Amino acid sequence: MSNILGWGGRVRGLFTDDKGPWGPSSSGGDEPPQDDGHGGPWGGSPGGRRVLGGRTVIPIEEMLRRGRMRFRGGGGRPDGSLILWAVLGFIAIWLIFTSTHSIEPGQRGVVTRFGRYSYTLGPGVGLTLPSPIDRVQKVDVESIRSADLGSQSSEDLMLTGDQNLLDIAYSVRWNVKNPEWYLFQLAQPDETIQQVAESAMRSVISQVTLQDAMGDKRSEIETQVADRMQHILDGYRSGIAVQGVAIQQADPPAEVNDAFKEVTAAQQDAKSYINQANAYALQLTAKAQGEAAAFDKVYQQYKLAPEVTRRRMYYETMEQVLAKVPKTIVEAPGVAPYLALPQVQKTQSQQEQQQ
Amino acid sequence: MIAFVRRRPLLTGVVAFLVLVLLLSSFPTVPETRQAVVVRFGKPERILNRYEPGRPIGSPGAGLSYRIPFVDQIVWIDKRVLAVDMEPQPVLSTDQRRLMVDAYARYRIVDPLLMYIRSTTEENLKSQLQTILRSEVRNELGRQTFAALLSPERQGIMDDVRNSLNAQASKFGVEIVDVRIKKTDLPDGTPLQSAFESMRTAREQEARSIRAQGLKQAQIIRAQADADASKTYAASFGQDPQFYDFYRAMQSYLTTFVGDGQDKPAPTNIILSPQNEYLKEFTGRNAPPK
Repeated sequence: MSNILGWGGRVRGLFTDDKGPWGPSSSGGDEPPQDDGHGGPWGGSPGGRRVLGGRTVIPIEEMLRRGRMRFRGGGGRPDGSLILWAVLGFIAIWLIFTSTHSIEPGQRGVVTRFGRYSYTLGPGVGLTLPSPIDRVQKVDVESIRSADLGSQSSEDLMLTGDQNLLDIAYSVRWNVKNPEWYLFQLAQPDETIQQVAESAMRSVISQVTLQDAMGDKRSEIETQVADRMQHILDGYRSGIAVQGVAIQQADPPAEVNDAFKEVTAAQQDAKSYINQANAYALQLTAKAQGEAAAFDKVYQQYKLAPEVTRRRMYYETMEQVLAKVPKTIVEAPGVAPYLALPQVQKTQSQQEQQQ
Repeated sequence: MIAFVRRRPLLTGVVAFLVLVLLLSSFPTVPETRQAVVVRFGKPERILNRYEPGRPIGSPGAGLSYRIPFVDQIVWIDKRVLAVDMEPQPVLSTDQRRLMVDAYARYRIVDPLLMYIRSTTEENLKSQLQTILRSEVRNELGRQTFAALLSPERQGIMDDVRNSLNAQASKFGVEIVDVRIKKTDLPDGTPLQSAFESMRTAREQEARSIRAQGLKQAQIIRAQADADASKTYAASFGQDPQFYDFYRAMQSYLTTFVGDGQDKPAPTNIILSPQNEYLKEFTGRNAPPK
């Protein structure tokens, strides 16, 4: 007992100086509650608190021994063993927290033992060895991540196969299909995906024409890019699955946009020309058919009595014609009548005005 | 021993701490993502967790290792696939056209010892590789025509770039996994502007041709309609050309002198001679014999 006290004193002596290497010792956080009635834990002196501050540097074996001795030495001083229990409790909590891992659905826990890959935990609660030995890295494998490339606000021009320029914006959706590869094979997965996407898109676009890229071959291009990306990423053994590529925008550059609008206008124009011609054709055909039908009907009647019908038609027509126009009949044969044509016209226009 | 501990607790503590540190530093853990060269007094001793192709993850290599503290130094080297990116680089094609090329290479350090000897650090290696990549890309692509540069994958040009890059990089203990062209851009200024210009004129040409095609089709449709109408007329009127002549003349007189109901015809004066067919009964000349 006495040597324990002496011990404590010795240690205390070392740490009575507040400017010790570990700073003011009173800042020790998790010290046991002070037992007022019995004085300080290390021999009843007020300096006991300070001694506690040095606890961290005393190796564990020493602590254990000290605790054991304390138990043997006297039950009246349980303070030392409190520290022991605290340490044990800490270790227990450490063990529990670092050896059980709850893996959420859609996650995988990749376990490395001393750095070497050991096994992969599925969703649920997984058990491993405690922390310094086993480490668990959680990887989200289900959720689809997305990377946007080529911005919609600024121009990102790409050369097409027919040496035109295309302003393009697209996004790539991907997830992790193999968490071990994803963690251990590729240095910067996100950057890699971007670069691979750019390269794949460029190589596909450089083999199609501008029209195809802007028009209905878009979905074909998307699948081709996704396939190519997957091929490249598999070559890196990246553990990444490309879920899809979506072209958000594929337009001609702003500088030549007017010319492209002109093409659309021309298409509209051409369509309207054709529509007009079709309308004309319909009208003409109807008219021809109508006239032909009318002639046929009259002709049928005419055939029944040709001479009479002919004369009847003649007189009817003449009636209509001559009834409405001014007429002059020159009786004397062989006399060329003098007609002041302008005069006639003048009287006529006067008549009209009077009307 | 215990007595010693009791006498000098601080010393014991310090010694125990040092022993712990020594112990920890004697058994380094090698992660899956790294390989290491153990250097003893500047001389490479061993290689830890060296990359070997085809070896599955989790096979021996990574994990706990050992070293002699203070004597052995560990140089960590990345084991993963790394990237070296190139600044956009002008390339002149054989037909004297300029293109800005942006490429990247993916590589893996397969011989950490060689890499350590040649480059010492990964940063050095990276800048060395960058230089090689730049010159190789320029060399290989400079031998191509402009059209081939646009899609270098198709002609296997990129394979050539990779092979020649690989030959150079293997001297550094590096294997080139992949070389790819990220972007090919026309340089700013005249080439870009002339590309825009050619796009613009091409569109204008297209617009004109579309309009002309539209007009042509419209004309064909009209002509066809005319032809159809003629056919209909001919089929009907051809039954009796003489009667048609008379019938049409009557219609024509009506339209000319009376109007077709839409427009008022021009004023007309008709001067008739008594010999006129219409007036034949007027004079009584043609009175039938009684």
